[in-house]
Amino acid sequence: MAHVETFSNQKQAELRGLAEKVAELAVDDGADAAEVMVGAGQSLSVKIRRGEKELLHESESHGLGLRVFVNRRSAVCHTSDLSEDALRRFVHETVELSLLSEPDEWNTLPDRSDMVKPGQALPDLSLWDDATAALQAPDLFDWTRRCEAAALSFSPKISNTDGSSADRNSSLGALALADRAGLAFSGASSGTYCSFAVEVLCDDLEGKKRNASHWSARRAVSGLASPEEVGREAARRAIGKLGSQKLPTADLPVVFDPDASRALLRTFAQVISGGAIYRKSSYLVGRIGTQVASPLVTIVDDPLLPHAPGSRVFDGEGLPARRNVVVENGILKDYLFDTYSARKLGRTSNGCAGRSVGGSPHVTTSNFVLQQGNLPPEALLHGIERGLYVTDMMGFGFNPVTGDFSRGAAGFLIEHGKLTHPVSEVTVSAHFDELLKRIDAVGNDLDDRSATMTPSLRVSRMTVAGH
Amino acid sequence: MQQDGPAVSPSSASPSASPSPSAASFAGLPGFPSECLLRGLLNVALSKGGDYADLYFERCESASYVYEDERVKTVGRGVSLGLGVRVFVKEAQGYAYCEGLDEAAMKRAARTAADIAAAQAKPGPIRITARATPSFYPVERPSLFSPPADKLELLRRGDRAARAADSRIVKVVCSFTEEQREILIVTADGERFSDWQPLFRYGIHVVAEQGPKRQSGSSGGGGRFDFDFFSHKTPENYAKEAVHVAVSMLDAVDAPAGQFPVVLAAGDSGILLHEAVGHGLEADFNRKQTSNYSGRIGQMVASPLCTVVDDGTTSHSRGSINVDDEGAVGQRNVLIEQGRLRAYMQDKMSAKIMGTHESGNGRRQSFRHEPLPRMTNTYLLAGQDQPDDIIRSVSKGVFARRFSGGQVNISNGDFVFSLTESYLIEDGKLTAPLKGVNLIGNGPNVLNQVTMVGHDFECSDGIWTCGKDGQSVPVGIGTPTVKIAAITVGGTKA
Repeated sequence: MAHVETFSNQKQAELRGLAEKVAELAVDDGADAAEVMVGAGQSLSVKIRRGEKELLHESESHGLGLRVFVNRRSAVCHTSDLSEDALRRFVHETVELSLLSEPDEWNTLPDRSDMVKPGQALPDLSLWDDATAALQAPDLFDWTRRCEAAALSFSPKISNTDGSSADRNSSLGALALADRAGLAFSGASSGTYCSFAVEVLCDDLEGKKRNASHWSARRAVSGLASPEEVGREAARRAIGKLGSQKLPTADLPVVFDPDASRALLRTFAQVISGGAIYRKSSYLVGRIGTQVASPLVTIVDDPLLPHAPGSRVFDGEGLPARRNVVVENGILKDYLFDTYSARKLGRTSNGCAGRSVGGSPHVTTSNFVLQQGNLPPEALLHGIERGLYVTDMMGFGFNPVTGDFSRGAAGFLIEHGKLTHPVSEVTVSAHFDELLKRIDAVGNDLDDRSATMTPSLRVSRMTVAGH
Repeated sequence: MQQDGPAVSPSSASPSASPSPSAASFAGLPGFPSECLLRGLLNVALSKGGDYADLYFERCESASYVYEDERVKTVGRGVSLGLGVRVFVKEAQGYAYCEGLDEAAMKRAARTAADIAAAQAKPGPIRITARATPSFYPVERPSLFSPPADKLELLRRGDRAARAADSRIVKVVCSFTEEQREILIVTADGERFSDWQPLFRYGIHVVAEQGPKRQSGSSGGGGRFDFDFFSHKTPENYAKEAVHVAVSMLDAVDAPAGQFPVVLAAGDSGILLHEAVGHGLEADFNRKQTSNYSGRIGQMVASPLCTVVDDGTTSHSRGSINVDDEGAVGQRNVLIEQGRLRAYMQDKMSAKIMGTHESGNGRRQSFRHEPLPRMTNTYLLAGQDQPDDIIRSVSKGVFARRFSGGQVNISNGDFVFSLTESYLIEDGKLTAPLKGVNLIGNGPNVLNQVTMVGHDFECSDGIWTCGKDGQSVPVGIGTPTVKIAAITVGGTKA
């Protein structure tokens, strides 16, 4: 596997050198400051269905994004042509393009004193795994075959399959910032990621089909779940949905499993970014220091978790990544900022700029975690005479400006503290502020497979609309 | 499906030399690609015994402009260029791509894609013949080659009009995004197809404030039009619409919860159709029998008032295509005729497996993606009813005018869509505006609940983007005013 490691280290140094060179080129070309992001990736994905290969998709990609500042005007461009002559032209055109924008006093690079210092030691978060980067198509095909076979053989009720897929990605990135005084920051990062998933179906009454999927994802292959277990879980979930029905419309207590809770936390992420706040596109404008959720709720954005999918050591503007507490025991402590939104609001960035090759930096969460409580998930059902247990959420029914929330849902009816009948085709609604304040139990089952990490949650009352 | 965001990620670099494609060249490169190169790449792709292969060259140049806080906040440009190579063997496909058009990298991609097969080499085509395609979106003045100052002026005009329209408007963001996509498809059957696809979208998003109440509204439009589009669709009009939504919604009341009749306004309501039936009629789900419309060709799947077509040929529409991304020309397909299921939307692989013809629905997001069966412009055709009569027929229900998006579960048919502008109907009249709410239904059930269809068919303005398997493509939608006798409204007033 030595070649893989060499690829990573050499290539990182190469990308970093390129980012530095282009940033300096832009300053030579007349920019007051420039920021360059270079990305390169290798990916492999496969899909099988009924044990037969369906897709083998393999790629190597690269790209470079450049943001320049000229007299507080800016332009953001990207290219995949990294040859020297093309880059020279690209830099020049980007600098020229910035003249179309208009001066904005807040539009500059972060202060040098806030950036990661040259030579500053950065934590090793173990985001790269050689064994994962070395995975080949036969490895991935093997997982998918085992996963699908386990799901299909779980029960004769499993009548069909949408197939099983697996992916492996290695990505390398470099970021460089320069201004008239020279190079201000440069850094490189690397990461691996692998995952697999399966979806199976059962036939229900009236020609309806019931489908469910399950998946596993990790930065390192050694942490993946067993394909057989994932397959069986998908089958169990599909079978559980047989006979799903609507409920009569009512106000009910609602328990969200970790998957469904994730959808709630993604919704919350939209309204705590500095961009949403200065655009007045959040119902949380002016709410710092006030209660925005139940005292059981603590939410942190933590980019420094080792091995985690959303980790990073510096943000998209060269600031050191840091753990930010957003909500502590129900009180809103702070928003998440990038440099521009922080300055607009008279603040300083707390290191939450995300940056991709194709776009400007903007606030992105890293590992966004609703901290788990100490109740086992079954305990969340205790004492509920009649309620809804939600396993699936659908749609985009959220107005961030007002906080009105209404989403499609499916799951199970809770009766006398137990899951009884499967439920589908209902909506769950509440004002989001009320929803978070009505959380009256938090499970101890944090799901850390994705960068948004959530446990099971119980909300004391929501409107469930059905028939 | 979702609307494009107000600030689509900007993209960048060198403007291409010529605004018109030439049959003999690609990406403005004289003599590229030579027939010899194409045959060579196809031979490599078939070198392990694949049944079929195709090459997809793409150059996409894009630009974006964002106007916020009364200034041009940022401008961006991007160019992506590359080749995707695909190889079929039975029901499996191998796919690989390269960024740029370096000959060694293109050969490597062809070799990688070839690896899906493991047999004796098959010969590629002996000759490659250019095929003509229709022209559903000819433009004289493409947006991307029009002066940037003209686009900035459109943004300024929208911003000014929104601020002037109502003193309660406290925030305005205007955006303009555009692209020019040039594609060249070369097949193992020895055919080559090229197309040149312009696309732009204008968007405006406003926030209104009144005391402690705040609301937002958005509007926009575009398509594969000539830049003179804006002489009849003015920024002032879009601004007025966005302001109207934000200001009317300031007085919004809690929406009801439960089953009610819902009247869908003409135009944007096509999103219901896109989710309720459109995705379920894509052939990949049906050949795998995972859609709830699988095996139902010839059966009644909707009220006899419903005729649904997918039409890639609509003049200048956002979802139109002269040729799909596999070399099938754009066409109009009747999917449901007076309630009876007639056809699925096919790509090459599905058509081959199902033993039928391609339907011009094989689309991909870019050269980095394999084609899938996708919608183009999906419409419910006009009926006989007067739109006013449709509203008058409802004693208590919801009138839905604008939407932020929708989603469907293909297998069980459940779908949701989110209303951003809707009104209560009481005794046949529109009364209070309603807070944002979701509707949830089941595709076949809801289409059987269609009891009135207006004569007022309208296409939605070009703002919709459809996502499937991680790939986004521009689509069009359209409907007349429609009455659904009962559907679940997800409000908070139980």
